[in-house]
Amino acid sequence: MTALVEVRGLSKHFGGLMAVDRVHCTLHAGEVVGLLGHNGAGKSTLIKVLSGVYPADEGEILVRGEQKTFESPSEAREAGIETIHQTLALAENLDAPSNLFLGRELLTPWRTLDTDRMEHEALQVISRLNPNFRDMKKPVRDMSGGQRQTVAIARALYFNAKILIMDEPCAALGPAEVRMVQETIRRLKAEGIGIFLISHDMGDVFEACDRVTVMKNGAVVDTVRVADVTQDDVLAMIILGEKSKARGTQMNTDEHR
Amino acid sequence: MRAWLEKAGFDPRFTSLVLALALIWVALALATDGIFLTPRNLYNLSIQTCVTALMACGMVYLIVARQIDLSVGSQMAFTGMVIAWVQVEGLGAETPFAWIASIGAGLVAGMLLGAFQGWWTAYRGLPAFVVTLAGYLMFRGAAFLVADGQTLAPLSTTFQRIGGGVHGSIGPQWSWLLGLLACAWVISQAVYARRSRRRYNAAMAPMWAEVVKTLVTCAALLGFVAVVCAYPDPGVDEGVAATGKGIGVPVLILIAVAAVLTIVSQRTRFGRHVFAYGGNPEAAFLSGLPTKRVVLTLFMLMGALAAIAAVITTSRLNSGTHSIGQMAELYVIAATVIGGASFAGGVGTIPGAIVGALLIQSLDNGMVLMDVSSAKRQIFIGLILIGAVWMDNVYTRRMTR
Ligand SMILES: Nc1ncnc2c1ncn2[C@@H]1O[C@H](COP(=O)(O)OP(=O)(O)OP(=O)(O)O)[C@@H](O)[C@H]1O
Ligand SMILES: [Mg+2]
Repeated sequence: MTALVEVRGLSKHFGGLMAVDRVHCTLHAGEVVGLLGHNGAGKSTLIKVLSGVYPADEGEILVRGEQKTFESPSEAREAGIETIHQTLALAENLDAPSNLFLGRELLTPWRTLDTDRMEHEALQVISRLNPNFRDMKKPVRDMSGGQRQTVAIARALYFNAKILIMDEPCAALGPAEVRMVQETIRRLKAEGIGIFLISHDMGDVFEACDRVTVMKNGAVVDTVRVADVTQDDVLAMIILGEKSKARGTQMNTDEHR
Repeated sequence: MRAWLEKAGFDPRFTSLVLALALIWVALALATDGIFLTPRNLYNLSIQTCVTALMACGMVYLIVARQIDLSVGSQMAFTGMVIAWVQVEGLGAETPFAWIASIGAGLVAGMLLGAFQGWWTAYRGLPAFVVTLAGYLMFRGAAFLVADGQTLAPLSTTFQRIGGGVHGSIGPQWSWLLGLLACAWVISQAVYARRSRRRYNAAMAPMWAEVVKTLVTCAALLGFVAVVCAYPDPGVDEGVAATGKGIGVPVLILIAVAAVLTIVSQRTRFGRHVFAYGGNPEAAFLSGLPTKRVVLTLFMLMGALAAIAAVITTSRLNSGTHSIGQMAELYVIAATVIGGASFAGGVGTIPGAIVGALLIQSLDNGMVLMDVSSAKRQIFIGLILIGAVWMDNVYTRRMTR
């Protein structure tokens, strides 16, 4: 079975700094892969290359076996990749529906913005994540951190992505909202969507992910199946940057799915 | 008070701007023994406001998108010279349709100037402040070179009407018709908006507030028509009973431009993208918006508006001179900022900018009537600008606290 996403020897440097250093990783349909690593390990940079924000310096990206180079974020979106960025990427002065449909606005037959329909649709998808979220007309600036994050998540969900990248989606969420996100992840997984999940919360990672890829200083330390390791093993990998000595990691999990 | 206004669906900023304008008008009327409010003076004021207001419409877009254009006055001078050159040197002023061709040439020239500045800003990443400061110098120089510093005159007689002078208005009948049509449009928009929102069960402002807003708008429109129709046309030939002048052509141009740009800013993708870019350029890029193209387009739009302003100015002067539009950039930016646009980006409205322009022009006009010297007028308008930005700061600080 060809992988949904395959990253081969991908590198990205900022001046002399190797932010992403010859990274290999894969993502299959219906799978959640955690990307872990210390602050500044290069996780966000890696997913920014995947979502068309930065061009890769080296290496290639294959989507369903097909080689892709994304010139812009919109090209990655067209390939079915939706990204929730760590910074959320919301225009603070606009309201939730405007942000949700930013760049993909719904239009009336006269090619003008269909604001009322966008508001209606936004309410549907957002209230599924957070039933208490009512005030659609408020600019994002006036929302709480968790509400903003909900808007960003809703935006990624609305457009039926095949590949979902979530860069710390739960960082600002309350426990109930985290549950909703976990449940959403499970549902999407069942629908055959592949998800890259970046998180610093080991509990969340172990609950949601099938495999984890650990990075240190831009390079991949190892990829392991969650079932084969303990949280302490993974923590040790993140901190020490060494392959886990736990059983089962010798086999390359990428090849054996 | 503010919360109450907002709940009723009034924009507190715009409402306070209109109230400030009303106060200023009352004060000026008292200070000039009512001369300020005579139909004749208000007609002139409406014409004087147009040039600043037209360009302020483009400046709002730029400031919303975190850009600025310091060169609009120089763009006016250059495009004005191009227009005059096409008429006087190129085709001959009284050649049929030469005036139309000259306007076309002026618009193209304006958009090219805008494209030049937009390209350096958007695609080469230079700050707009620097690029347009350079444009300020270069375009003024280029304006001089068009006719080697000469004044080009006279211009086409048809063209002269665009400036709003002799025969430069549409008379009472058309004015009333237009005024009524505008009212009908305002009312239908309000009804349509409510109906659409009801369909989706969305939150609505209270009915009475909507009615008040619509009534005030219509009253302002019809009041304006009544005033300009009360001004007897001095250009009418001897012996014929003088009829009212009606709406001046520059005002018509301004209304058309403002209507189109307001719709673009609120109802189209492009407008949405401008605001998103101004609110958070990085988010706009991450959302896949063509951010560079948006910025380039904005500068070209500004150039086109400067060209239209040049059409009106050269028409009023009946000549092309390279010295027009001096200090226009400052008045335009001041009008935009007074109208509520914020240099922090993402905030600003076209109606606000137009009222801002009207406010500045009212002060200028009123102080002329009061025999205040131009030096003192400059000082006063400078102070008004500082006051407006200070209020803007206070307002935003209160919003974010
Ligand atoms: N635009 C940039 N220009 C220069 N250096 C950058 C840029 N973006 C990231 N870096 C550097 O690249 C390295 C990787 O950053 P990245 O944001 O990918 O880390 P991360 O793994 O997402 O960290 P965190 O867990 O804190 O989010 C860091 O050393 C960072 O300083
Ligand atoms: Mg990160």
